Amino acid sequence: MDPIKASLLKKSRAAKSETRGKLISLVCISLIVFIVLAIFYFVASRGLATFFKDKVSIGRFLTQSTWNPSLKDSHGHPEVGALPMIMGSFGVTFLAALLATPFAIGAGIFMTEISPKRGEKLLQPVMELLVGIPSVVYGFIGLSVIVPAVRHLFGGSGFGILAGTCVLFVMILPTVTSMTVDALKSVPRHYREASLALGATRWQTTWKVVLKAATPGILTGVVFGMARAFGEALAVQMVIGNAALLPHNLITPASTLTSVLTMGMGNTVMGSLANNALWSLALLLLLMSLLFNLLVRLIGRKGAMNR
Amino acid sequence: MNAKKWDKVATAVLTGIAGLIVLLLACLLGYILVRGLPHVTWQFLTKPAQTFTKGGGIGVQLFNSFYLLILAMVISIPLSIGAGIYLAEYAPKNWVTNVVRTAIEVLSSLPSVVVGLFGFLVFVIQFKLGFSILAGALVLTVFNLPLLTRNVEDALKSIHFTQREAGLALGLSRYETVKHVVIPEALPNIITGMILGAGRVFGEAAALIYTAGQSAPSLDFTNWNPMYIASPLNPMRPAETLAVHIWKINSEGIMPDATAVSAGASAVLIIAVLLFNWLARVIGKRVYRKMTAA
Repeated sequence: MDPIKASLLKKSRAAKSETRGKLISLVCISLIVFIVLAIFYFVASRGLATFFKDKVSIGRFLTQSTWNPSLKDSHGHPEVGALPMIMGSFGVTFLAALLATPFAIGAGIFMTEISPKRGEKLLQPVMELLVGIPSVVYGFIGLSVIVPAVRHLFGGSGFGILAGTCVLFVMILPTVTSMTVDALKSVPRHYREASLALGATRWQTTWKVVLKAATPGILTGVVFGMARAFGEALAVQMVIGNAALLPHNLITPASTLTSVLTMGMGNTVMGSLANNALWSLALLLLLMSLLFNLLVRLIGRKGAMNR
Repeated sequence: MNAKKWDKVATAVLTGIAGLIVLLLACLLGYILVRGLPHVTWQFLTKPAQTFTKGGGIGVQLFNSFYLLILAMVISIPLSIGAGIYLAEYAPKNWVTNVVRTAIEVLSSLPSVVVGLFGFLVFVIQFKLGFSILAGALVLTVFNLPLLTRNVEDALKSIHFTQREAGLALGLSRYETVKHVVIPEALPNIITGMILGAGRVFGEAAALIYTAGQSAPSLDFTNWNPMYIASPLNPMRPAETLAVHIWKINSEGIMPDATAVSAGASAVLIIAVLLFNWLARVIGKRVYRKMTAA
């Protein structure tokens, strides 16, 4: 073969590097997808063992309220009722979201409608710092400030859902706020101009026009905040008291899915029922996180339809 | 009351809320720094921790935190840049790409405990790494990858398409265009995102409890051979980080001066996070000035 033909038929250096570069980036992205699948596979295989290997019924697991996986009750059923933890997790999550939402919307309106300049200069960095503070530091502050305060005000030990809610409120506030700000900013300017031109005050415009148009975005932010609160482990674990009892009020020790996981995983033997039951809790956490994701998508789709 | 008065009231209330939030942050930072800084001495920063007696330091934990951070970033930065390039430059618009994007979104919203437990099951037990820095670094990679990838993708996507066209028109291949034209311009944003990611990793604890372990064996700072068991560089030794240390001494409650130590350690942690935030801003700006004509 003559050299000219050979050089034409051979791939050029650029073409080779193109193939190589594309391949490398494809490998990276495949690895991430593979990791996600692996997480689901491993957590599910462990978490489902409680139901398939140890024959605990899913209904009992979700509705019974005694959590004592190493013991059996009088009928020989293992005492793995996750209801106290489920209630605890949902309790702190909803209360924290309920508390954080008005603050987030207020701050969001301040940053977009009232004083964008000060919002950007002052509140934006404040939110970034609040996100940046590690969760153990929040836990430590909760332990040394909020728990004694609750004990002083309401009696009891101070540990409980109320203390957990307070800590989570601060932790999810920046998440909800920044998403609220994005939602408010994406409301087109002419909506505001039209309303102001009709003689509405700034508050009327905000309340009746801007907030209505931004509702899907704000809801998305709230759901994201709830997802963060639901999955938060250490900060909550430090202040909630870690008693696997059905919470009757806000100031008695309770527990969440994450707190039981962090406390228990080290004290159980791999493959035992007590350990499998913990993995079932982890699976529950995983599914809840999926559910929150799904909710965000549904809200997003609904919001897009209304436009 | 008329509309104008309501407007004034609403403005006042909203300003009050904004002020409250700023006050909240000021109180948080002030509390941590006022409580913690008096404990932060050179001794405190370098001495090993004590379990049953007063006066322990955080030297080993501090070193572990930085070593773990560096290892985790070394693994996750190339991976996230590769994945980000694929998503921004190559990914076709079809259902596969949609699934990939969803997977990344799901991974980024997974609770860090779940990621940590996955790491415990896979890296610690299946791969037989034991409680080790390596297992911790791998878990931190999993924890950090989705956010870093999205950051790289966003940074690349914000580059104007005319830049790519210019590169392609000069006869560069797609990959060469990305490497020599797009990435340099996106670099400031990528670096900012990486530093913020590093800050997040530095304070993470839940994912590390069951992977990097909760014990900090004393280190021999004179022997830097990575194969030696007490060497600071040995990646197979268990390594409690600063964040895990704060959690552990508070939930165990056997250290007599746990509150003082955790106040000091929290202050160090907060200062590190502030430093990361500040660095992200300064370095991002400086790189931008260097890479562009602006």
